[in-house]
Amino acid sequence: MVGSSLQRQKLLFVFIGLAPILLVYGFTRIWPILRTFSLSLYDSDLVKPEAKFIGFQNYTDLLSDDSFKTAFINTTLFAIGTVVASLFLGLGLALILTQFIRRSGVYQLIYFLPFVMPIVPVSIVWRWIYDPTYGLLNFVLSWFGIAKQAFLLYPETGLWAIVAMNVWKVVGYNMVILIVGIRNIPFLYSEAAAIDGAGRWSILRYITVPLLKPVILFVLVITTIGAYNVFTSVYVMTQSTTASGNAIKILVGEIVDNGFRYSKMGYASSQAVILFVVVMLLTLIQFRFVRSDT
Amino acid sequence: MDTVKYKEVKPKSLRGFALSAQDKRELWWRIPLHIVLIMGAGLMLLPFIWMFATSFKPSPEIVAWPPTFIPQKPTLENYGKVFELMPFGRYFLNSLVITLICMVTICLTSSLAGYIFGIFRFPGRNILFIIVLATAIVPFETYMIPLYLLMKELNAIDTYQGLMAPYFIMSFGIFFMRQNYIAFLPEELLDAARIDGAGEWKIYWQIVIPLSSSALAALAIYAFISVWGAFIWPLLITNSSDLKTVELGLAGFQTAYTVEYGPLMAGSVICLLPILVIFIVLRRQIIESVAMTGMK
Repeated sequence: MVGSSLQRQKLLFVFIGLAPILLVYGFTRIWPILRTFSLSLYDSDLVKPEAKFIGFQNYTDLLSDDSFKTAFINTTLFAIGTVVASLFLGLGLALILTQFIRRSGVYQLIYFLPFVMPIVPVSIVWRWIYDPTYGLLNFVLSWFGIAKQAFLLYPETGLWAIVAMNVWKVVGYNMVILIVGIRNIPFLYSEAAAIDGAGRWSILRYITVPLLKPVILFVLVITTIGAYNVFTSVYVMTQSTTASGNAIKILVGEIVDNGFRYSKMGYASSQAVILFVVVMLLTLIQFRFVRSDT
Repeated sequence: MDTVKYKEVKPKSLRGFALSAQDKRELWWRIPLHIVLIMGAGLMLLPFIWMFATSFKPSPEIVAWPPTFIPQKPTLENYGKVFELMPFGRYFLNSLVITLICMVTICLTSSLAGYIFGIFRFPGRNILFIIVLATAIVPFETYMIPLYLLMKELNAIDTYQGLMAPYFIMSFGIFFMRQNYIAFLPEELLDAARIDGAGEWKIYWQIVIPLSSSALAALAIYAFISVWGAFIWPLLITNSSDLKTVELGLAGFQTAYTVEYGPLMAGSVICLLPILVIFIVLRRQIIESVAMTGMK
């Protein structure tokens, strides 16, 4: 008797506690995700987002949309640049700070600092550093006799300027995750290798880095996903008083422009679905290769 | 090569003793490494230093060429100006209130849902949790349009509710707290409280919450940092100046006064300050919690 009333109380608690949370979650998360897919099959007008069902028309339109193609290529380049640079730098830092330097706490703190800082003020100061006339970078380049550059003005250079900023911002995160990965490698392995006569470099090369592969893959995927979602830094660093749109086209920028500037919510949703597919594929790659710990 | 092994297995307490030959040799190439690391650290800090320096310069000095690193005539005028040129106080208050409300809500919903998912057995538990987990990886940018439409249908565009709506529940937080409860919450304690006649809510508030305070603190920091830095959703959902956050104010100010970098930097410093203070005070915990969970 007592047991069943206790059980009833527990179930009541579960229901009262969970129902409102799941309800809000359903409304603000699950429902919007599902509606992105359905909305991508509609042609929207200013009043009604689901004005006319057009099947996969939006997706076929994407194929001939130069602006979208540019955005997709730019975002992919941005992701590749960010990932390659921040992974190598992060790995280098992690190895140096775990293998060669004893008290690395202060370094870790400093390198990690940009990661937690809000992106808007950080982008603003980088825009100021990249300033074509008074920028700090141009001043540094002038020491080497290089003429003043307008880094952010042209998409070709601007993209890489923002990649540099993004690497600066995420490298500390990659470093911290990799340091944890290195510390989690059982000491036994490198010790055994050392007994067998392996030097420090061969231990790094044949023990540490190979055993670190799952962590490297995790960092790779997380950084790539983050880079594909880039928006704020590009928005803040390239918007200007004169140009109407963003100088550098990127995926999320396209979604925002189509959805909110031109009210083509259906079309924008098909672009969002593409972004979703990219992120899903990356996540699957990670699940495929890394055994889950949870 | 045996020396490598020796050095590594030497217990910490013995390290300070005397420099072995190996240590002495290492010292020589450690110095260049430190130089590289210090230069890198300088590069990491440079944008912040530059931001602080610019914010204290009078306007002629900001555009001086060659630029000065230490302000020659430090002034606070930029900090005054940023409040004159836009309702910056209002923006700051908006950011602070929104962030704090969302932070508390995220902590509550995460701990409650995490506790229920982790400790209780009930029909549908696994499938519900899998749904939460699976939707956690979907980036916000992919579903912001339907979310905006939903807010429109609820007449929540340009309201605080609409602005905060996506930040009430954090799937990562639920997952994080659940792991924590599974690992650290002694179920015997809960059963003992039940035998003593405590109700489920009383157990939750008086036993579960206090026992998970350190995990909740980590989550609170994470929530604060991520909501404070939010940009794209506030940009979409707000129209009126009354609702703007610091980030929106700064980004908007930039288009309006492109050349006025002084006040802009002062505003940026103010925007960074809360996070910087949190980081400096709780630096160890922040890095550890990131390391522990891989949170991003």
